[in-house]
Amino acid sequence: MSVATIPKECTAANEGAKPLVRVNNLTVRFITRDRTIDAVNGVSFTVDAGEVLCILGESGSGKSVTLRAMMRLLPPHLTKISGEITVDDEDILSLGAPALSDLRGGEVAMIFQEPMTSFDPVFTIGNQIIETVKRHDGLSESDARKRALELLEMVQIPSPARRLDNYPHEMSGGMRQRAMIALALSCRPRLLLADEPTTALDATVQIQILQLLHRLQRELGMAVLFVTHDVGVAVEISDRIAVMYAGRFVETGPVRAVIREPQHPYTQGLLASTVNGAMRGKRLEAIPGSPVNLAALPPGCAFAPRCRHAEPACAVPPPETWIEPTRMVRCIRATPK
Amino acid sequence: MSADVLLEVYALRRYFPIRGGLLQRQVATVQAVDDISFAVRRGETLGIVGESGCGKSTTARLLIHLLEADAGTITLEGRAIGDASGLTAREFRRQVQMVFQDSYSSLNPRCTIEDTIAYGPTVHGLSWSAARTRARSLLGKVGLDPELFATRYPHELSGGQRQRVNIARALALEPRVIVLDEPVSALDKSVEAQVLNLLVDLKNELGLTYVFISHDLNVVQYISDRVLVMYLGKIVEVGPVDSIYGNPRHPYTRALLGAMPSMDPDNRGKQATLTGDPPNPINPPPGCRFHTRCAHAEMCCSTREPKLAANTGTGNPTGDHLAACHMLIPGSGHSAAPAAAA
Repeated sequence: MSVATIPKECTAANEGAKPLVRVNNLTVRFITRDRTIDAVNGVSFTVDAGEVLCILGESGSGKSVTLRAMMRLLPPHLTKISGEITVDDEDILSLGAPALSDLRGGEVAMIFQEPMTSFDPVFTIGNQIIETVKRHDGLSESDARKRALELLEMVQIPSPARRLDNYPHEMSGGMRQRAMIALALSCRPRLLLADEPTTALDATVQIQILQLLHRLQRELGMAVLFVTHDVGVAVEISDRIAVMYAGRFVETGPVRAVIREPQHPYTQGLLASTVNGAMRGKRLEAIPGSPVNLAALPPGCAFAPRCRHAEPACAVPPPETWIEPTRMVRCIRATPK
Repeated sequence: MSADVLLEVYALRRYFPIRGGLLQRQVATVQAVDDISFAVRRGETLGIVGESGCGKSTTARLLIHLLEADAGTITLEGRAIGDASGLTAREFRRQVQMVFQDSYSSLNPRCTIEDTIAYGPTVHGLSWSAARTRARSLLGKVGLDPELFATRYPHELSGGQRQRVNIARALALEPRVIVLDEPVSALDKSVEAQVLNLLVDLKNELGLTYVFISHDLNVVQYISDRVLVMYLGKIVEVGPVDSIYGNPRHPYTRALLGAMPSMDPDNRGKQATLTGDPPNPINPPPGCRFHTRCAHAEMCCSTREPKLAANTGTGNPTGDHLAACHMLIPGSGHSAAPAAAA
């Protein structure tokens, strides 16, 4: 594993060359005996080194499945994945089991929504970090312990030396999430996958964790793929946003452009139905109907049944329209500027 | 003021014992709700906000008598439960209903939607056929077509539809107050907006009074007339929504509002307003319970508990806005407090 030996500064300096992550036409199907669920239906994107791409979507939009596919965490016997995923020119979908183990927690790391269920409850936090560092970087026990201590300091856990010997249940929710970030960053990953890491936290703790992630991301020059359903969190953390609906990206672009001038009717509806104080006394412009059933997707645009602009032409899948070099909208009404 | 008070809570307290060891002796106490008093006025929406463990859901359960209070009284139009001239628990519950966060676990999976809604009224003396008729008309009212939904089971419905059924069930007894405990927190944003619109419509149409509990400050600001902020089992601040959001007086309220992610891409990356997690409600700190995380804490804060006092700031002539902070209490001993003579 060479990742740990790369000085911090170098990773950020490589920017502008070529993207760290390339995903091309990714599809994920869950196949069981009685039905097939089309969870991800042709997603393509790139993430540059040091960039934060946020996938914003509601439950069942396929955002977490996309993230898990990046690390091949989906159950292989039920899942059919096609398309291409490369991280640093390594083809993730063709990796064998040993190579996959090297990748996970090494070059690519992941943090989850509920740290209590992602730590092993019978080992201390310190043990779990030390094990990871020894496995990936081949450090000795004492060096690994030193590294674990540095990591807890880095994520600002108070009295870190004592906390190394804590079991996960002895920590508060915010502290556990910090410990999980320390574990994920223990081998200097180039790509961090974050699956709603602040959703289970209280408001005053959520902002602390977001600020911590933001600072570490810049300091370590990591690329981050961040999944959330919360528009506020997406705005806080991301460089670019991809809005996902029914397993497809319906709109992507820089955070300012997407939030200020949403083009896709779903993005517009999502932002209009995200409540804020300025809407007091006004009726909310809710999107009618309920989210789509992934086991019975409509043949054309999946949002058409809920869309107020729907027309007969929506019965065929809309193509990706690049209205600007950095902005994609998947809607027949979108026109390049 | 007392004329328009519908539901009044006085000195309400609920502690939960924690048992442990071989003999299951009581080893600690969670002070979930500790001596809180507030009033809900006729026709208003009172929002209750706070972080996990602050006692807001316990307050909800105490309000509808799902939990017995250790001390304190709850009165509906001046009548308490169990008093000689008061209400029976049954009569009280007919008038005060509740909607829970988890729309699935609060519905009986073996009952059709229609029977679920009709059950309450039959307990209170309505015939099944009349109750079913009422259930169907309520389904229409909450935006579900009775022809399609009346005979379905909860698992056949989406989360938003199930929450509509829960609202219909709460309405079936024609209550005057509905306690809503995180009613939209489990829903997707697009569905959340639909349910909020429905709640506003029903309130206007039926003249309801809501107690709306949520951790989502945006939703509370949208729907509430007055807001009550809780921290570790205590009320730290209460007042009209614009006053609370526009001119928060308690350092905790300020921190909570400051921690809301801004929706403006040019205004992000602000500093976290607090460090650390909320303390455990087992053995809360003495004095002001917030003093361990408060930037303005002084000696007096850790020894004496501040009482809710009127906002001495500008822009609130009615004295409706109360906060429990030594910095606002004249002569409290805090260096930022107003002079005792004032």
